[in-house]
Order: sequence, then structure tokens, then C-alpha cells
Amino acid sequence: MISKSVKQSAWFFVIPVVFLVAFNALIPLMTVVNYAFQETFGDNVFFWEGLTWFEQVLNSDRFHDAFLRQIMFTSIILLIEVPLGIAIALSMPRKGPWVSVCLVLMALPLLIPWNVVGAMWNIFALPDIGLLGYSLNAIGIDYNFTQQPISAWITTILMDVWHWTSLVVLLAYAGLTAIPEAYYQAAKIDGASKWAVFKWIQLPKMKRVLTIAILLRFMDSFMIYTELIVLTGGGPGNSTTLLSIDLVKLALGQFDLGPAAAMSLVYFFVVLLICWVFYTLMMKNEQQ
Amino acid sequence: MSVELKNVSKIVDGMTHIHPTSLSLEDQDFNVLLGATLSGKTTLLRLMAGLERPSSGEVWFSGQDVTHVSVQKRNIAMVYQEFINYPNFSVFNNIASPLKVAGKKQDQIRRQVGEIAELLKLSEFLDRDVASLSGGQQQRIALARALVKHASLVLLDEPLANLDYKLREQLREELPKLFAASGSTVVYATSEPEEALMLGGHVATLHEGRVVQYGKTTDIYRRPENLECARIFSHPPINMAKIVKSNDLISIPGIAGWQCPESFRGRPDREYVIGVRPHHLSLTNMENSDRHVAVSGTVQLAEISGSSSLIHMRIDGNDWISESGGIHAYSMGENINVYMNLDGCLYFDQDGTAIH
Repeated sequence: MISKSVKQSAWFFVIPVVFLVAFNALIPLMTVVNYAFQETFGDNVFFWEGLTWFEQVLNSDRFHDAFLRQIMFTSIILLIEVPLGIAIALSMPRKGPWVSVCLVLMALPLLIPWNVVGAMWNIFALPDIGLLGYSLNAIGIDYNFTQQPISAWITTILMDVWHWTSLVVLLAYAGLTAIPEAYYQAAKIDGASKWAVFKWIQLPKMKRVLTIAILLRFMDSFMIYTELIVLTGGGPGNSTTLLSIDLVKLALGQFDLGPAAAMSLVYFFVVLLICWVFYTLMMKNEQQ
Repeated sequence: MSVELKNVSKIVDGMTHIHPTSLSLEDQDFNVLLGATLSGKTTLLRLMAGLERPSSGEVWFSGQDVTHVSVQKRNIAMVYQEFINYPNFSVFNNIASPLKVAGKKQDQIRRQVGEIAELLKLSEFLDRDVASLSGGQQQRIALARALVKHASLVLLDEPLANLDYKLREQLREELPKLFAASGSTVVYATSEPEEALMLGGHVATLHEGRVVQYGKTTDIYRRPENLECARIFSHPPINMAKIVKSNDLISIPGIAGWQCPESFRGRPDREYVIGVRPHHLSLTNMENSDRHVAVSGTVQLAEISGSSSLIHMRIDGNDWISESGGIHAYSMGENINVYMNLDGCLYFDQDGTAIH
């Protein structure tokens, strides 16, 4: 064995990272943990509550409803954005001057601040003055997203599709352009149809980037807050109150810090768990 | 199937990729397109395949004009430098894919794939996923796909370039045999003169979008029509020098002189060009020394390539390379004598045409 001299000075170099991680992740998270297991009435006085808040949150209809709405929202936007994104990526030019034009146009929605997206769609969809809302009513469709849950849902989904499909497009496009030209030639020589080329060459070759696209869209949509709070504020009633909006209502609206902290942790672990399961399944598939 | 290019040219965005070219390939021949990168090998292959339409001229297969026949209907197969296989298919399904497209019956597909897999030593991998195999095996699958199709024309675009040395050597030997048995006409593009020699058959040397010369590989190697062809078909690069003929003597001024060869007699006395392949410059004086002329120069670099040595020398203003078997060590600046084999000398006129 070669004995190494132990240099304690090495610790010195780790300190910045320790501080950084501590202040931006560990301490805030521990504060939440702190609130989740205790009751406080201010003045830094805490009473131990154990799992009470967790039981309360997990057994409440309110949480169940918000959770179901969340699952439904995420499923719908994934089912729309992923196929739509792939379709748009497939129809974009592969070379020539239009490539950059398309890419910039596609990237535009991603560059707009989230609350501006919410405000834009709010105004756009207002039944009395918004272009969309007014036009729909003018042609005889009864549409009012501030009063009808269905209209509110459709508007929310439209907004998310408008805002985020670009991300799927850009990722899918990157995957497509990485396929060597020779694959297409070989397929052409084999006499493969367009559908066959898509199914047997393009889709398998895009698998990795699509995995990432789905993961990102899942996480972001599961945590959607800013656009939604500006657009519908969770209404009408509770119809578009997804998990994050519900959480804010609980924590800041009612100032129920204990249950809110417990819910935050549950929320966090749900996202983590689904991502992990999803990723493991995709990667397992990859290896076979 | 015989292949004929009739004055075919290809111009893309004002750039000439192929100058008007005519080339006629016999049925079931093994043909090599030899040329440097961007000399137009791939474009020629693509024109034959029908992946590109010629800007002018016609492509004929077995006496029929196929210029405007689509790729699918030409019954061709193509293998690329990259290992192109269906990523999600098993090895079996990959090899079977052309047969499935052709609508063959299940048991026939199984039999044919089995035979080809046997031939290419892929039998034990038939159930495996393509991605899990090595590069050599992946390229074998691509070759198997080309073979199983019984295409009338098989186009190979530097298929061995991405393989490691050993596999390349091995496949180089196997390929002509495989395709000879298949009855397909083969066109094989490569940038390596050695590869062209090993593969045999016919060769077309290409330079900047033109076919310089076409013929039997050995003929072209021994008797290139011009300097360009000799240059393309030599690796390491062919050595060149100006020579002067006066009466019956030929000399590299100030270096060496020798008797004028038969073919040279009667030509006017003036400057010509000589080309000597590196392996015709030996480091040791041969026994039949009347056919060898000593040339002296200074060593610039001595490198070892495989089991032979490459000595780069400066000989009165010309950079020459000698290639000889064995490992020889020389130091820079050393003066050495090399012995030029007069029977290996190629003579050219000043405009580059060969004098045989």
C-alpha cells in the first residue's frame, strides 16, 4: 500500500459547494420538513405532530381532486404535444435558408415570460373583448372560460400546447437531423414507404431525445403554476385548481403551514417517483 | 447485368460533380472506383443507383435506358461506409427486410436468410439486436442484406473504411468471392489503391469528377495511361522527376543516367517525366544490378509502416519515398543510396501521357 499524506486543507476547497448546496437546497427543504411534522403558532414555538398533517392531506378529498385534475391535465397535454411536436418536426425543412426561420419561429413561445403567456391567453380568450373568445361567441359557440369549467380546461390546454409544443419540436428535430442521410437512401432502395421509414428508422432513432422531451414535459406540466394562475387562477370554482395552485391556496391563502408543508413533500415525492419509474422503464426498454 | 453510363454528368448548384463521363461495366464483373475524397465516386454510385438523376446523359442497364426508372424498380443494393441497419430489428429481420418488402413466403425467407447468415458467419446472432453487435458484425449484416436480395447491381461505398485493420483485411478477401458467387455486377468505391489491387477485377480511376482510365486492375496498375492515373493508383505517392533524353541515354540531370528503353528510341531528344513507385526503390543493390541504377539523396524521415520501412528522401529538389521490406533505421540528414528498378519505371511525356 502506498500511504498518502492526508491534507486537511482539501476541505477548504469543498466549503463553497457545501454552502451553495446548503443554502439553495438543503436548508429550504429542511424548513419544509420542519413544518410538515410540527405545529407552530409563530414566535418560533413548535409542537410535535408526527404524521398528522400527512394523514390529513392524503385523506382529504380536496387533495384527491387536485391530484386527479393534475393527472388528467398532464396526460392530455402529453398526448397532444408529443405527437404534434413530432409531426411538426417531421414537416420542417432539413436544410436550406428556411431552417433557421423555422427554428426561430418555433423557439419564440419558449422565450416569452410565463406570466406574459398567461396574460396573453387571458386577454386573447376573454369572451367580450378577446379575439378568440369574441370570435367563438360570434359564430354561435357558447364559450366563456371564466364561467364554464370545460371552456377553462380547453383554454388551459390550448395555452400549454401553444407554449410548450415547441420544446418537443426542437428536441425531435435535433433527433431527426442526427440521422445520417444514408439511412433514408437505404430505405429508398429497399422500397420502404414513408410510414415504414418513420416507424422503423426515424422513431427508433429519436427515442432518446423523445424520452427526454416526455420527461421534461411531464415534470413541467405537473408543476405548472405561473401561466395557469394568471389565466384562470384555478377557477371557475376549483375546476382548474391543479396541485401547485391548490398548494399555494393552502399555504398562503389559508396559512395552513403544516398541511401545506406535508403536501409539498408528497407533491415532491410524487414527481420524483413518477420520473424515476418512467426513466427506468424507458432505459430498460433501451437495453433490450 | 451490364451497366452503361453514356455521357453522364452531374451539376449541383453550379458546381460540377461529374464531368460528362462514359463508362461501360460488364455483367457480373467486380468493378472498383478508385479516387481520392471528392473525386466523384459516391456521386457516380448514386447516379447508378438512381438516387440522383444525371444533369445530362443516360444510364443503361442491360441495354435498356433506366435514366428515369425509380430506385425501387432498378433492383439494386447499396452498402455504405456507415453501418446502416434498421435500429429496432433483430439481425434476422434486418437481413429479411428486402425479402419481406418483395413479398416472399415465410419459409422461403427463413431459408434464404439462413443461407446468407451461414455465409457471412452471422448464424449465431440471428436473434440478437443489431445495436448489441460490433462494427464488423453490423457491416456484415448490411452486406447480408445486399446479398440476400439477389440484386442485379450491388453498390458498395467504402464499406470497409470504418472497420478496424484486421476485419478490413479479412472482408477484403471474402468480398470478391461472395459477390462472384452471387452473380451480381458489383461497383465498389474506395480511396485506397491497395484495396483496389487486392479486390482485383476492373478498376476505374477517378480524378476531380472525371474517369481517368478504366480497365483490368492489373493492366491499369502496370500501364497507367497518364501521370494522373499513376498518381491515383500509388500509395505511398509515386515518385516523379524530370528526365532528359539525349541520343540513347536517359538521365536525371546530375543524379543518374541509363540506357534508353526500347519504347523510347526514336523519340525527340528533350525533357520527359519519370514515375517510380516507392517499392521500386530498394535500399539494397539487387543481384541483376544492370537493371538497377543507384540514386543518392539525403534522408528526411524514416517511418515504419507495417513490416516495411518508408524512407522519405530529398533527391536534388525532388521529394522521393522508398518503400522496402524489413525495418531500417536511418537518421535525418544521412546520405544514402537507393537502387531504382529500371523495369518498374514509368515514362511520361511532358503533358502527362504515358509512353509505353
